[in-house]
Amino acid sequence: MTENTRELAIVSLYPKDMNIYGDTGNVKTIALRARLYGYEPRIYKYNVGDAWPEHVDLVLGGGGQDKGQAAISDDLFARSQKIHELAQAGVPMLLICGLYQLFGEYFETNEGVRLPGINVLGVHTVGQDTRMIGNLVEHNAQCGTIVGYENHSGQTFVHDDGTEPWAEVKADGTGNNGVDHTEGARKYNVIGTYMHGSVLPKNPQLADLLIRKAAEHRYGNFEPISTVEQAEELNRLNAMAKAAAQVAASRPR
Amino acid sequence: MTHSFLSALTPAIGKTVRAVARLRGGGTALPGRVIESIDSNFMARTLAQLPYGVVLVSGTNGKTTTTRIVSSMLEQLGLKVFTNPTGSNFTRGVVSALLDAVDMSGKLHADIAVLELDEAYAVHFVDKVQPRYALLLNVLRDQLDRFGEIDTTAKMLATVAKKTTGTVVLNREDPRIAALTDVVSQGANIAYYGLSDELVSFFPSDDTMYNSDDTEDSRNFTLSHYRPAAVTLTKVHNQQAQFEFADNASRYDTNLKLEGVYNAFNAAGALAIVEAIMNDVASAQSHEKNGDKSRANMHGDIIRAVSTVTPAFGRGESIIVNGDKVELILVKNPMGFRLALKSFDALNHKTMIVINDEYADGRDMSWLWDVDFTTLTDSGVEAVSGVRATDMALRLAYDEVPVRNVNDDINSCLEEFIASTRGVDKHIYCTYTAMLAVRKSLSQITHVEDAGL
Repeated sequence: MTENTRELAIVSLYPKDMNIYGDTGNVKTIALRARLYGYEPRIYKYNVGDAWPEHVDLVLGGGGQDKGQAAISDDLFARSQKIHELAQAGVPMLLICGLYQLFGEYFETNEGVRLPGINVLGVHTVGQDTRMIGNLVEHNAQCGTIVGYENHSGQTFVHDDGTEPWAEVKADGTGNNGVDHTEGARKYNVIGTYMHGSVLPKNPQLADLLIRKAAEHRYGNFEPISTVEQAEELNRLNAMAKAAAQVAASRPR
Repeated sequence: MTHSFLSALTPAIGKTVRAVARLRGGGTALPGRVIESIDSNFMARTLAQLPYGVVLVSGTNGKTTTTRIVSSMLEQLGLKVFTNPTGSNFTRGVVSALLDAVDMSGKLHADIAVLELDEAYAVHFVDKVQPRYALLLNVLRDQLDRFGEIDTTAKMLATVAKKTTGTVVLNREDPRIAALTDVVSQGANIAYYGLSDELVSFFPSDDTMYNSDDTEDSRNFTLSHYRPAAVTLTKVHNQQAQFEFADNASRYDTNLKLEGVYNAFNAAGALAIVEAIMNDVASAQSHEKNGDKSRANMHGDIIRAVSTVTPAFGRGESIIVNGDKVELILVKNPMGFRLALKSFDALNHKTMIVINDEYADGRDMSWLWDVDFTTLTDSGVEAVSGVRATDMALRLAYDEVPVRNVNDDINSCLEEFIASTRGVDKHIYCTYTAMLAVRKSLSQITHVEDAGL
């Protein structure tokens, strides 16, 4: 590594088993935007049984099917302590859907069986028969309006233990549990959410928040160094994201 | 008494509703809905008349084309075939089509039915009608907004496999399909179709698609790849294909009118099921009139039959516009889009992509992020349109693919695309409702065959 390369180590968590529907778009978005800010993103695809990377500046995890969740469960528990340490050290993480649930305290199935999570986020999820599916717009104090697509059958409830709901949703029957108008959860810099879409391309402000926190973790500060072309490309991507987000927000659920 | 009286009236009532629905410009489902409510047994009773029963085709990708391949082949081989029209792959669509086909006494003049059914509707269908043959193609992530998970889809197809009485044909290269071997009923036969070792990497299954780094593990075959296949696709180049039959290890080279490597693979599945059907037909007929044919003869016949099949609506359909060839390519899920991009040469063509998000297309745009668009980096994309043009443009931007024009209005975008790319052949990738809009728009410039929708 030369002095000029400013590496950011990004872990894509369980891309083999937890990749349902487009969450790989989040990795693409972080990689390209980090480069345009003058960082050198290094993507580690971490799958069951792999060695854990030495440095970790950002963790991205996706949704999965029941089978995928079962496949990674043991490995996730084996990594639980490491993940807790990173979370407490301020490493940003974005967990979508299935991994959001597994980062919680437990998931209770329809049959009443409690499957433990690694308890980084103070949330629990209860299985239900009806799925919550559709386009969704939410509001977060830091990131403003966020658009995406939710598709989950579990109802998630946020505990009062330092974990906060990540965003607010307007309509009943949407978000974490369809009842309390919350969506997602946040503790430290760990964000869990049900937003697919992929969520980051159309919500670059959230992508940039994660990159900023990752840089702060690694280098103590976030100092974008972009060439003129890179700055232009960022502006172009932001304008496109804005247009796409506006259309998305106008579509039927 | 009341029941049989009513049933006798079903064809007349149904045909009348159908005629009225047509006059009002309605779709194909209404008459089906009316008949389902007054005579719920109509479909089962009518299909039970068929001497060779029902062939059910299902799976995520390629249903429409494969149904067309199977039914065209059977017609070529002398059977009278009833099939549901393009894309109306719901039970009501089948009922509506049956109403058209029966005479006033309710008699269906056909030897066999070849039906394309959406996975969820296939479950309802087999509850009422047990198919004699089933051809199960693949399970890929698609319409997760309806089905939730791909393993749910696999369970739906398991129900179909279980209920089939004669022969179940399975794609051995798709582990979720090959696993259905275990549920096929004891009295039924199983036949596999597959790919030669060299071709496997062309057709990643849902699992391999998401796991591959495209380097060291490209020969990481699934165990089911080693099951003996009745028909194997051994070579495919442009529109030339080579198929191998297991029972006498003979290889046949043939030209196909179908475009795309995935259609050659669908053709292998079609060959396997047609072989099973024609064997049954031959043994039934040899009872009657000693019309037994040799294996090799039959293989020659069914290969000839497959070579004449033309593409189904929108699936690699070519239209000539102002002297340029315009290829319409339906895309509806990551695997289909990915295979289509692999199949069609981008460099000597101009490319347009049209993405809608109506219910029939799928509301969730996430799937676009699972398609690798870097094969378009060199050629670029001329035009992006449809309701979600902005999403598609953003997606291409993150793969660093240059895009010239983004315009959500399909008519004006298409007009500009055609005018600005004169003299060069074109590819238009579209989702389902976008395809309908593009065809309609093109039909104002040139003759476009009625798709019968």
